[in-house]
Amino acid sequence: MAFEGLAERLQGTLNKIRGKGKVSEADVKEMMREVRLALLEADVNFKVVKEFIAKVKERAIGQEVLQSLTPGQQVIKVVNEELTALMGGEQSKIAVSTKPPTVVMMVGLQGAGKTTTTGKLANYLRKKQNRQPLMVAADIYRPAAIKQLETLGKQLDMPVFSMGDKVSPVEIAKNAMDKAKEDHHDYVLIDTAGRLHVDEDLMKELEEIKELTKPDEILLVVDAMTGQDAVNVAESFNERLGITGVVLTKLDGDTRGGAALSVKAVTDTPIKFAGMGEKVDALEPFHPERMASRILGMGDVLTLIEKAQSSVDEEKAKELERKMRTNDLTFDDFLEQLNQVKSMGPLDELLNMMPGAGKMKGLKNVQVDDKQLGHIEAIVQSMTKAEKQDPSLLNASRRRRIAKGSGTSVQEVNRLIKQFGEMKKMMKQMSGMQKGKGKKKKGGFNLPFM
Amino acid sequence: MSFFKKLKEKITHQTDSVTEKFKDGLTKTRDSFVGKVNDLVKNYRKVDEEFFEELEDILISADVGVHTVMELIDELKDEARTRNISDAVDIQPVISEKLAELLQKSEEETKLNMQEDGLTVILFVGVNGVGKTTTIGKMAHKFKEDGKNVLLAAGDTFRAGAIEQLEVWGERVGVDVIKQHAGSDPAAVMFDAIQSAKSRNADILLCDTAGRLQNKVNLMKELEKVKKVITREIPDAPHEVLLVLDATTGQNAMSQAKTFGQATDVSGIVLTKLDGTAKGGIVLAIRHELDIPVKYVGLGEGMDDLQEFQADQYVHGLFADVLEKAEEAAGE
Repeated sequence: MAFEGLAERLQGTLNKIRGKGKVSEADVKEMMREVRLALLEADVNFKVVKEFIAKVKERAIGQEVLQSLTPGQQVIKVVNEELTALMGGEQSKIAVSTKPPTVVMMVGLQGAGKTTTTGKLANYLRKKQNRQPLMVAADIYRPAAIKQLETLGKQLDMPVFSMGDKVSPVEIAKNAMDKAKEDHHDYVLIDTAGRLHVDEDLMKELEEIKELTKPDEILLVVDAMTGQDAVNVAESFNERLGITGVVLTKLDGDTRGGAALSVKAVTDTPIKFAGMGEKVDALEPFHPERMASRILGMGDVLTLIEKAQSSVDEEKAKELERKMRTNDLTFDDFLEQLNQVKSMGPLDELLNMMPGAGKMKGLKNVQVDDKQLGHIEAIVQSMTKAEKQDPSLLNASRRRRIAKGSGTSVQEVNRLIKQFGEMKKMMKQMSGMQKGKGKKKKGGFNLPFM
Repeated sequence: MSFFKKLKEKITHQTDSVTEKFKDGLTKTRDSFVGKVNDLVKNYRKVDEEFFEELEDILISADVGVHTVMELIDELKDEARTRNISDAVDIQPVISEKLAELLQKSEEETKLNMQEDGLTVILFVGVNGVGKTTTIGKMAHKFKEDGKNVLLAAGDTFRAGAIEQLEVWGERVGVDVIKQHAGSDPAAVMFDAIQSAKSRNADILLCDTAGRLQNKVNLMKELEKVKKVITREIPDAPHEVLLVLDATTGQNAMSQAKTFGQATDVSGIVLTKLDGTAKGGIVLAIRHELDIPVKYVGLGEGMDDLQEFQADQYVHGLFADVLEKAEEAAGE
C-alpha cells in the first residue's frame, strides 16, 4: 500500500497520551494534524478536509473518555462517525420510474469508465432486478466507443441501440426512446461521450439529451483515483445537469478514494455503485460506512466480516473448531478450509481488507497468487484417503508419487506438509488461548485500537 | 527578477506556436494556481505562519502531494529567513523559482531515446482510461509528419473495442496497425508486430497495451512478459517505456509510477488531459519523489496537442502573467 493508514499515523501521538483520563486540547490538535494529513493523502479535497477537521475537533476536545476506550480509540471513533455521516449513512438504490422505461444517463470525464459501467449496470439490472435494459451508444466522438458498447452487448447478450457516429447524440437518444417503448424495455441506459467539464458545446449537448429524455437518474461516473479536482468536476456537472447519483469506478485499485468524500460533500447526492474489477459483473452497491474506514486506512473490516459470515458454513465451522481443539485436523479439513477461503474472493483482496495488514512486516509485500492455491489443492487431492487422515504415513516414496500425481515437485509437497504441521501446532496453541479466555470473540478480528 | 529574464531568454529561440500551446493548455492551471498565489500575496502582505499555511493549502489543492508540499514549505521558510524577506511580494519570485527548480532537474532527459538508424520501439503502459490509445494515435501523427515510417501494435486485446479504437487512429493518421483478434495473447501480438516492423523497415513501432490497475499482480506479470518478448527480439528494445498518467489523478499517481516502474523500467511519463484540470501538480511530486522525467504532455484534444514536455515552457506557461508584469515593471 502506498500510504500508511491513519491508524499507523496516529500511533506516535497515541503512545504519548495512553492512560490519560481526558484528551487535552493540545493532544487533539496534534492528532488532528495527523488526521488532516491522512485525509489529504487520500485525495480528499482540502476544503472538505478543513471543514471536517473543525467539526471533529469541536466534538473531541474535553470529552470524557469512555471506560471501554482509550483516548486514541475515542478520537478514531469520533473521526469514523463523522466521516460516515459525511459519506451519507444509508446505502441507496437506483431509481425506478412509475412510468417505464426508467431512463438513466451516464455522464463524466474521459476515461472515467462510462462505457464499461453502462455494460456492468445493464448486467446488474438484469441479474439482480430481473429487468430488460436497453443500452444506447451515444458517444459518437471517441473512436470505436460505439463498437466498445456493442461488443459489451454481445458479451452480455443484451441489446445495444446505435445509429453509427454520423447522427447527433440527441437524435440517437430520441430514437432510442421510441425503440425502448416499442420493445418494452423497462430501463434505458444512455452512454454519453466523455468530456472535460469545461467543454461548453458538449455540456449543451448533454442538456439537450436531458431535456428530451427526461431521465430519472443522471449518474456521474467518477474515477476513484481522481485528485483534488474531483470537487470541480462534480460541481460543474451538478450545476449544469443536476446529477442524482455517483458511480465510483476503479475502486479495486489501491487508491484510498478520497474523491468519494469530496464528490459527496459538494453534490450531496449518494454514491450508488462502485466498480470493483474488469469483469462485467464487477459492479457492487456502494457501502458508505465502509468507504469511511478505507479512506482512513483502517481496512474494510465490515466487508471482510460479512464475507466471512456469508461464505463460511456454520456447521462446518463448528466441526472444524472441535477438530482444532482436539487436534485431529486432517488434510481433508485443510482442503475444506482452503475452499471456504477461496469462495470469499481473491486472496489479495481479502488481505487488503484486513486492518493492519499493511503494518505486518511479512504481509506488506506479500503477493498472493491464487494459482498457488490450485497447486495445494492438487497436492492434497493426490493423496490417498489414509494419507489424508494421517500425514505421518507420508514417506519419501509416497511424497514422490504425490508430486508426480499433482504435477508439482517434491519440494512443494514437502513445504505443504511442513506448513500443515505448523498450522496444526498453531491451532493447538490458539484453541488453548481461547479456552483460557473463556469465550471466543465474534468474528475473531482484532481492530487496531478498537 | 533575473530568474524570469533567464527563462524568457531560454524560450525565445523556440517557435511561438509551442509557447502559445503551453500557455493555452495551462490556462486553467495558471488561473487557479498562480491566481491564488497572487491573491495570497495581495491579501497577506506580510510573510508569517498563516501565510505559509495558506500557501500549503494552495499547493495541496493542486495535487502537488503532501510530502513534496511540506518540504517545499520548509525550504521557503528557510529561504525567507536567510534572505530576510518579510514582504509577501518579495517571496513570490522565490516561490516560482523553487517550483521551477523542481521541474528543471536536468534538460536532456526529456528527449525520447530515438535510434538513429533501425527500429525504435516504444511501449505504452498505464492504468485504465488514462488515454494510452489516444496518445499513441497523436504520437503516430507527429512521427508521420516528421516523415517517419510508423507502425502500431494493438496490444490491448482485452478491453472491448480497444483494437478498433487503435485502427480508427491508424486510418486517420495513415499508418498500419498490426493486430490479432480480441482476447489473444498480447505478447504474441508484440512478436508479430516486431517481425512486421523489421520486414517493412519501419522506423518506429508504437506498442499499445491494455490498461491495468497496478495492484493486479498477474496483470503486471503479463506486462513484464510483453516487455520480455520485445527485448528478446531486439536486445536494446523497448527503447522507451512510457507511463501514461491522467493529470486529474491524485496521489495514486505515485503508486502507479512506482509499481509500473518496477515492472517495466518506465523511462518517461506522458501526462494527459492537462488542459482539463486546474491541477497537474502531480508533475512536481513525481519529479521530486521518483525522478522519472515527464516527456510529453497532452494539452488539448486536437491531433497535434501532444507536446514534448519542456520544463522552461511549462514554468513559463504557469507564470506567464507574472512574467509580463515583471517586464512591464522593468520597462518603466
